[in-house]
Amino acid sequence: MANTAHAHAADAAGETRRDFLLHTTVAMGAVGGVMMVWPLIHSMNPAADTLALSTSEINISGIGEGQRVTVVWRGKPVFVAHRTPAEIDAARKVNLSELRDPQTDDSRVKKGKEAFLVIEGSCTHLGCIPQGVKVTEPRGEFGGWFCPCHGSQYDTSGRIRKGPAPLNLHVPPYKFLTDTTVLIG
Amino acid sequence: MSTEKSVWRKAFEWHEERLPLVSWLDHSLGTKYPVPRNLNYWWNFGSLAMFMLAVMIFSGIFLAMNYTPHVTLAFDSVEHIMRDVNHGWLIRYMHSNGASFFFIVVYIHILRGMYYGSYKAPREVLWWMGILIYLVMMATGFLGYVLPWGQMSFWGATVITSLFSAIPAVGDSIVTLLWGGFSVDNPTLNRFFSLHYLLPFVIVGLVFLHIWALHVPGANNPLGIDATPADKIPFFPYYVMKDVFGLGVFVVIYFIAVFWFPNALGDPVNYVKANPLVTPPHIVPEWYYLPFYAILRAIPNKLLGVVAMFGAILIMFVLPWLDRHPVRSASFRPIYRVFFWLFVANALMLGWCGAQLPEGLPATLSQVGTFWYFFHLLVVLPVLSWVETPKPLPASISQPVLKAAE
Amino acid sequence: MKKFLLAATAAFALAGPSVLNAAEEIHIPKEEWSFNGVMGTFDKAQLQRGFQVYKEVCSACHSLQYISFRNFTDLGYSEEQVKSLAAQYDVEDGPNDDGEMFKRKARPSDHVPKPFPNDALARVANGGALPPDLSLMTKAREGGPDYVYHLLLGYEEPPAGLELTPGLSYNKYFPGHQIGMAKQVADGIVTFADGAPSDAAHIAKDVTAFLHWAAEPKLEARHSTGVRVTLYALIFAVLAFLAKRRLWKDIKH
Repeated sequence: MANTAHAHAADAAGETRRDFLLHTTVAMGAVGGVMMVWPLIHSMNPAADTLALSTSEINISGIGEGQRVTVVWRGKPVFVAHRTPAEIDAARKVNLSELRDPQTDDSRVKKGKEAFLVIEGSCTHLGCIPQGVKVTEPRGEFGGWFCPCHGSQYDTSGRIRKGPAPLNLHVPPYKFLTDTTVLIG
Repeated sequence: MSTEKSVWRKAFEWHEERLPLVSWLDHSLGTKYPVPRNLNYWWNFGSLAMFMLAVMIFSGIFLAMNYTPHVTLAFDSVEHIMRDVNHGWLIRYMHSNGASFFFIVVYIHILRGMYYGSYKAPREVLWWMGILIYLVMMATGFLGYVLPWGQMSFWGATVITSLFSAIPAVGDSIVTLLWGGFSVDNPTLNRFFSLHYLLPFVIVGLVFLHIWALHVPGANNPLGIDATPADKIPFFPYYVMKDVFGLGVFVVIYFIAVFWFPNALGDPVNYVKANPLVTPPHIVPEWYYLPFYAILRAIPNKLLGVVAMFGAILIMFVLPWLDRHPVRSASFRPIYRVFFWLFVANALMLGWCGAQLPEGLPATLSQVGTFWYFFHLLVVLPVLSWVETPKPLPASISQPVLKAAE
Repeated sequence: MKKFLLAATAAFALAGPSVLNAAEEIHIPKEEWSFNGVMGTFDKAQLQRGFQVYKEVCSACHSLQYISFRNFTDLGYSEEQVKSLAAQYDVEDGPNDDGEMFKRKARPSDHVPKPFPNDALARVANGGALPPDLSLMTKAREGGPDYVYHLLLGYEEPPAGLELTPGLSYNKYFPGHQIGMAKQVADGIVTFADGAPSDAAHIAKDVTAFLHWAAEPKLEARHSTGVRVTLYALIFAVLAFLAKRRLWKDIKH
């Protein structure tokens, strides 16, 4: 009896050691496999040369009051609007409670440069380019931008007012290098 | 009847009834696949080849995301991968060295089959599928080597596609068709990229057939005699674990090459962008083609050289009928064993010749080696089939195994 | 079966490209480099000196087309230093709103400008010989950095009886020995900012190290990743061996 019990104990110890070894090997293999996958996935992220191109310098001296232009930043359109006093006024007067994505006009422009609105030209619904840069294009009920894909309408501050888009048009990171030069990114 | 099955178990069984994926796997590479218990480590190279195929396909898919198959951009896009893409250097070196390691593994796998007579009845079709895989591998490797569009890419492509011009009457038309123009140029590069992406999946299909054909008679073994059910153990967990260990050792060697000698097997000239107006002084194919390249150059007639080169591979299809000796394993055929090693040494010598300039000693040795290659297959093997007396075979796999265990 | 393994190793060794140039063997002595070895790294001060040599000597004729100014942070320069370095160069951009190409100061994302706008002009300016791009040079020649280093120092008087082609120079290490590039590296042609010795050998060494960085900028990442990954695989292999032995303990085979 004592012998049998002893043998069982030894077996059990053997089992445990084998389990430990097998589990560790399987775990290391699995972790190793995942580590091999990471470089593949990461290779799909922007490459170093793409990241290096992430700023655009633009000259805004040629944009007259009331004019809007499209510039390119990171391969996408950015709208620069030189707003009229009436447009600025309209943007400021809106009651925040009416807005789907409440933001004041002041928080979307640079202090002292309120005439210039710089926004990404990509509808926050599904990424179409809203119309309203050229005078011949529709600007929607709020005098800002109108997305032709699903009818989202933005005001003169680029804020969403009507239609399916959930958010205001994004303001990219930018700064005024001089009175006439803006660095986006 | 009261034992409740869990909802997961029920869902699993529901699915298995409709598509028995897990039991199929279990029969293919699991507990229901019985394998002779006496396989040695030379039997690891089949699973290693599958591993390398997977490495090549996955690294290749991600390289293709950043590669541009255009003559003005291909070389630059490879440099872009090496310099700017996150981990691009790693993926590219794994792919370029992976080709060499894939071939090393497959060559050992083939030689193992030749040593232990794995091509003999009833495994002839299994052997055929293997040769087909090897042929498609050679095509894929050649196409892939062209893609970086270095000097050796360009001139290798020119030389190899020009082989087809040796075909009487239609040769030149075929070469023009392959090129899509009157020299290796952008259309050539574009179609090579397309085919290089396609053929690995053809290999995957052939691997399925290869493994299917393996399961019909079951695996051969170092003794070469038929295994009885008592001689077998399930593939899972025993051979899975053994293959995993082999894989561990293999990747260490592979990583040493990738991380410390990534360009040792490549030609420096391929870091010079392709120039259609300047041929490098010394055109050599990648090492894995060298024996066949030596055979090509050994015969001073364009058509016959090409025929000999392709014949050297195609002749392998009839190997099971050239070697008709009833004993499979070289362990019991002392004379065949000597000739087997001579054949291996001869192939290595041909490989060395293929890397030399075709003059003087290497040129002579190429001719001797080419002669011996065909003499071995066409004369030595058939004659040995008649005259060689084998050593006595054990009655079963268990017999010598159990005896040794006593 | 050991024979089998030996044979496989021999195949590997034989097939390597090292045996390819049996025709006329030029022996290239091996040099010590900081980037050699399992954990080899670049010596940043040396790379900076080498870049100075490239800038003051090589760049008159040779381009460095795969290198951007932003890459020079690898040499130990700060972002600001790279910006001001880039600003020393003019690059062409455009067209502007008037449809004209214009020159502007280079930015870190720009490639190092080439000395000649195209290869034809480079040939005309160099007596018909095209100075090759240097960004892959140490990987594109048999012998690698050792070859480049010795080539720079390998200019000699031609042996008696050899008639040099006009415009070519005799170089001990150049295949064929007649090279289009005249001797460039000599004692004191560069004064290093860090006061390092500027004899010909040091100049050649520094610029070669720089060129090897240019050819293989990910070398340090490759070595450090390699050590971690290979050790991991090694431990995995040992564990797998133990697990396999344990599993097969009761199987007679």
